[in-house]
Amino acid sequence: MPAEEVEVAISSDQDIVLARQKGRAMAVELGFSSGDATLIATAISELARNILSYARRGKISLKMVHASNRQGISIIASDSGPGIRDIRQAMRDGFSTSGSLGLGLPGVRRLMDEFEIASEPGHGTIVTVKKWKQ
Amino acid sequence: MEVPILKQGEVLIATFQAALSDADLNHLRMGLVRQVVKFRSRAVIVDVTAMDVMDSFASRTLREIAHMIRLRGAETVIVGIQPEVAFAMVQLGLTLEGVATALDLEEGLAYLNEKFKTTN
Amino acid sequence: MSKRESITKESGTRSNSRVELVPSEAPSELLRELVAHLRQNRTQLREEWVVRITETRLLTAMTKEEIFAEATSVYDSYVEALETEAFEALQAYARNLSERIIPRGVETHEVVGIVLLLRDVLARSLFAKYQTDFKKLNRILDAYEPAANRIANTVAVGFVQERERVIRQQQEAIRELSTPVLQVRERLLILPIIGVIDPQRARQLTEQLLRGIRTNRAKVVVIDITGVAAMDVTVANHLVQTVEASRLLGATVIVTGLSPEIAQTLVTIGVDLGKMNTVGDLQGGIEQAERLLGYKVVTLAESR
Repeated sequence: MPAEEVEVAISSDQDIVLARQKGRAMAVELGFSSGDATLIATAISELARNILSYARRGKISLKMVHASNRQGISIIASDSGPGIRDIRQAMRDGFSTSGSLGLGLPGVRRLMDEFEIASEPGHGTIVTVKKWKQ
Repeated sequence: MEVPILKQGEVLIATFQAALSDADLNHLRMGLVRQVVKFRSRAVIVDVTAMDVMDSFASRTLREIAHMIRLRGAETVIVGIQPEVAFAMVQLGLTLEGVATALDLEEGLAYLNEKFKTTN
Repeated sequence: MSKRESITKESGTRSNSRVELVPSEAPSELLRELVAHLRQNRTQLREEWVVRITETRLLTAMTKEEIFAEATSVYDSYVEALETEAFEALQAYARNLSERIIPRGVETHEVVGIVLLLRDVLARSLFAKYQTDFKKLNRILDAYEPAANRIANTVAVGFVQERERVIRQQQEAIRELSTPVLQVRERLLILPIIGVIDPQRARQLTEQLLRGIRTNRAKVVVIDITGVAAMDVTVANHLVQTVEASRLLGATVIVTGLSPEIAQTLVTIGVDLGKMNTVGDLQGGIEQAERLLGYKVVTLAESR
């Protein structure tokens, strides 16, 4: 039986590795193809990295999700960091405020099926992404 | 985690493990550049066959390694990117532009041999 | 199973009439009696069934002889399943039957229909046989109905599963046909793309090509898009991504068959064609691919 929910606290670069390993394991258990599991693990890696570089700490929650006729995985990346002032700008390819490649969020959106972001400057950011089994 | 670096003639071969943290990658980058200087290597092959995720940081590190090694007058070839990893990378917009790539270690060595012959 | 049968047989031979009068006789005993009845009247009941099938206009895609032949084997498997209560053989038979009749265009409702008809034909013959002994009829039906329903269920499910399998297989075949990765020379792959590309197909195509590059150790890939009718920004971006992903595996991609209209569209929507190695037609593309693959040989000879 796959665990319905897994949470990984992110506060160091080791945690990024742990989070994506757990994510891949869960995806494989849910029956995702290994190609999809790679996309999911990569998305988790990017999200965890964003937490680390912008908020220093936060967490990644992995959850099994069901819809009427399909099954999927949802990944929630949350932190209480500085938040994002201009989400539209952050979602544009090439935008970065921490000197990274700045491809994080738009790239993650391309890897996954659903993407939601909520952010409040000074209070933190929550990114929720989902991938459905084909 | 230690990344084994193998010296094969004029070529250094670094084999990446699956679960490299950012610190490991940074460590490896410095180690490789130092060894290129020490052994006066003409090329570096970075074998990423075991890596099941290549995110923006890993990809950036590979590019930086290639650029630093070019500054030392040597060449870098990235080998062994898995099809699924390549697919995820291009979705993220990580294309390792300007860095040589080859299917696997064997192809990487063949590529360098050609290169050495034409430049000798 | 055979052990239990031999025991009931013994008790049966001891006193047949006594057993029939005991109201709590085992259902299997009743089933045995039932099976004997169905065997005895095989010819007549089968005939009746076939007539009902034809009357109800089921299995219209099959000839009379075919219907009769299938009816015979369905009848025998049916009786056997009642007798042994082992459904594996029936399941296998249902699959086998489905395999044969699905290509003939037999529909699910027809298969369910004929099995239900058989159930009814047999039930009626039981009514006729036991009409004088109502209690016994009830007990016989108690034994018959669950078994009959299970048989109907088994055949119907077997048919539907087989149909789904065939459909899946066909979908897979169509998908593979629509994106064939062909090896024309050692280390050279050709991917002719025909028709409409949606994001799902684009992804599948890319994954297939990347796997193909790896298994064939390809160095050069020619993607021919002569057969692609239209290209929007999404499809164009997929094409660019395919080219980039192939390069990550060490393969060079040449795109051929780019019509002037599509080229114009790509330029207008701002797709960076500089990343793409394009050649007019497939022939030219293959020639260039061979030059790329043979290039080393030439330089080697020159460098000596």
